[in-house]
Amino acid sequence: MADNTQAQERVLMKGNEVLAEAAMRAGCRFFFGYPITPQTELAAYMAKKLPLIGGTFLQAESEIAAINMVYGAAAAGARVMTSSSSPGVSLKGEGVSYMAGADVPGVIVNVERGGPGLGGIQPSQSDYFQATRALGHGDFYMPVLAPSTVQEMADLIYLAFDLADEYRTPAMILADGMIGQMMEPVTLPPERDPKTLPAKPWATSGHKGERAHNVVNSLYLSPEKLEQTNFERFERYAEIKEKHQRQELMFCDDAEIVVVAFGAASRIARTAVRDARAKGIKVGLLRPITLWPFPTKAIDQVIANGAKRFLSVELNMGQMVEDVRLAANGRAEVSFYGRTGGVLPTPEEVLVQIEKLAEDMERGE
Amino acid sequence: MAEEFNHELLCVLSGFGGQGLLFAGKVLANTGLIDGRHVSWMPSYGPEMRGGTANCSVSLSDDAIGSPFITRPTALIAMNQPSVEKFAASVQAGGTIVIDTTLAMDGAAGVQLADDVKVIAFKATEMAEAAGLKGLANIICLGRLWAETHFCTREVLDAALAKCVPAKKQHLLEPNRKALQMGIDLAQ
Repeated sequence: MADNTQAQERVLMKGNEVLAEAAMRAGCRFFFGYPITPQTELAAYMAKKLPLIGGTFLQAESEIAAINMVYGAAAAGARVMTSSSSPGVSLKGEGVSYMAGADVPGVIVNVERGGPGLGGIQPSQSDYFQATRALGHGDFYMPVLAPSTVQEMADLIYLAFDLADEYRTPAMILADGMIGQMMEPVTLPPERDPKTLPAKPWATSGHKGERAHNVVNSLYLSPEKLEQTNFERFERYAEIKEKHQRQELMFCDDAEIVVVAFGAASRIARTAVRDARAKGIKVGLLRPITLWPFPTKAIDQVIANGAKRFLSVELNMGQMVEDVRLAANGRAEVSFYGRTGGVLPTPEEVLVQIEKLAEDMERGE
Repeated sequence: MAEEFNHELLCVLSGFGGQGLLFAGKVLANTGLIDGRHVSWMPSYGPEMRGGTANCSVSLSDDAIGSPFITRPTALIAMNQPSVEKFAASVQAGGTIVIDTTLAMDGAAGVQLADDVKVIAFKATEMAEAAGLKGLANIICLGRLWAETHFCTREVLDAALAKCVPAKKQHLLEPNRKALQMGIDLAQ
């Protein structure tokens, strides 16, 4: 397989298919999953294409089986992923925790739908807490990347594989039914030969009589030893927080009101912010691309630029707003607007919220 | 060609599943791809597809596209009555509505439209069948919309249509071309 294939021309593709295509280009050769709307096109695309490049696609008997296959392949040093939608991702929680505990990399895609329970199948961001507060038991985090365009589906899954390998951690793409189902033009990333990826000397890939056995395990019966592994892992987390906060800022240089929104909600917010600017309101958009680590430095920056109010716009009942509040830490007022259950707010609805905040500020409230 | 170029087209295409609205939307989206514009194509999915309306929203713009769900379209192609009822009133002032009155027999009657919305109603499905172009009423409607709104040049429109007909179904390209021309000719 060609190594440094140059970036292709723009093609029109569905977000879910782009996740699959870009994952393969990133060197992913193993996919284990179980179908669920609105994510299934990803698995279907993998089923068709992965075997053609020498990869393995396997529809597991359940989401739990799938994540444990990911754990196994990752332990053997493979670039590997699974994907699902909200209820299916819950089932993967135990396996993801084991992967975190065993320090093995892998990518988990969640194309969210409305919840709780089986919920519905329309776009939602109701799994923000689950994704950013550790998907599973134990003391851990993982990088969570939130694409807002089909192009970012490609760019961020590429990045997710690299971050996962570099920091030996599971990493998540947190998308939603909107970005998964829509088609937009995309320039696909170059293909990488898995053989050219950095070596994984810790992997259980056969010692060939040349080194001691590698062990991949998440069980530590000595509390002191377990505490040490957790300390060491949190040092890696500190480095991720320092180096890998990502966000996009729009109209934030002089913004007094800053709308914070990611993924699908940021698309809607973008239109509303543009319309509010046209009406002369000093409003900007801060779009977190990494949800963990949350872009706290960007919050600091917009406050330094004069932001006095934050409005968190989400497709849930208010989850990321807590991170905005923590990051603002009393330096600005934080409010929330959202719709839930698969209902999307219109840009007009969000504009009304921005106008209300602008009026409150004018009255000095 | 001397047509005025349309800077932003926000088009909803809606009808029953099987009428080819998602395909017509793909042709529309591909014109934007060829032109190097910002494009989004957002389909309805899930149970919405299995009754009522199968629809998609296609945005073509010179700016980055915000919400891919179009709440205030500048154009609508409606191929059944529920689609007219669901979307016609949301079309912006000055917008265009193309209705296939083979199934949407009442057209836009009884719908409160915005100012200066142009309604173009004709029996596209009947026309398609009479011309031996069964199943291509979608493309007739798209041709008629193009003749009205010129969202791209004719060359780009033809290229997008050719691009969307899959290699395995090349025998369908000529009928598709005929249907497109038929829709365009309706404007004369």
